[in-house]
Amino acid sequence: MAYDYEKSIRPGKLPHIWCPGCGHGIVMKGLIRAMDTCELDRKNTAIVSGIGCASRLPGYLDACTLHTAHGRAAAFATGVKMAKPQMNVICVGGDGDGTAIGGNHFIHACRRNIDMTYVLMNNYIYGMTGGQFSPCTPTGDLASTTPYGNPDPIFDISKLAIGAGATFVARTTAAHPREIDKLIVKGIQHKGMAIIEVIDDCPTTYGRRNKFRSVIDMMKRLKTEAVSVKAAAKMTAEQLEGKFLTGVLFQDTEKPEYTVQYANVIKKAQGA
Amino acid sequence: MSARLEIIERNCKGCSICVEFCPKDVLEMDVFLVTAPRPEDCIKCMQCELLCPDFAIKVHDE
Repeated sequence: MAYDYEKSIRPGKLPHIWCPGCGHGIVMKGLIRAMDTCELDRKNTAIVSGIGCASRLPGYLDACTLHTAHGRAAAFATGVKMAKPQMNVICVGGDGDGTAIGGNHFIHACRRNIDMTYVLMNNYIYGMTGGQFSPCTPTGDLASTTPYGNPDPIFDISKLAIGAGATFVARTTAAHPREIDKLIVKGIQHKGMAIIEVIDDCPTTYGRRNKFRSVIDMMKRLKTEAVSVKAAAKMTAEQLEGKFLTGVLFQDTEKPEYTVQYANVIKKAQGA
Repeated sequence: MSARLEIIERNCKGCSICVEFCPKDVLEMDVFLVTAPRPEDCIKCMQCELLCPDFAIKVHDE
């Protein structure tokens, strides 16, 4: 019954550094379950991250892990995959890391359709550096650098990934733990760039500035605002106001994968 | 079959997510620590174990 997470965690690493109620722990559990379901050999699995709260995740996992420069997770992961195409590459990171500082790396990794799984935890804020607004902070919300409300429109990460050319795009929330591992499993099995956006909660730097009295309020909001793709098909545009879709949003199995394409280039260059 | 709830106190940060999302009201907060005063009511839905961000609660089959 009880799931054995400890065998996937480096000894002595718990309790982790995340704040009470932070959803990153829930996502880490989901990732561990997904890796177990896919029976990934930990010696043949690279987990790559940049900088930030979410990017602390690989430090806890007992696998080949790489903690890199801010926003450069996708770039380093591309390097790992190119050097060792047989390796399973999983990227983890937050919204600020992935779509602001690493925005360029993110879209170009999507464009190339390189075979990796990117688990992007979107908590609407830069948590670790003190609550600055990120490209995902909703318009009008407060952050430490937008004391009068954020004037910027937001990035829809999933739409951005689809537009940039990723071939598997899914979204879920930290309040739907079973769906997290289901979607990550699909992402790992997909041959090509898989983006799994997990809408997360940050009670410490986002919640307390934006009228969420507790972690529970934030988790309940995730539950009420999430609508599955199936349920949304039967709803009107008015009913979908202020909600976001969850589940597999896009999948394309036709587009060629980058390491395969590159192997062809090598063959051509060798005159074969 | 009843369940045995193991609470790893060292890991618990007292966020109370498990208490809130338990459908059978098995769990309770003792200031900053979760306790399980009514384990006989547990239906083993696993919500507490799945939603605990801190690896602090486990549902064992007895």
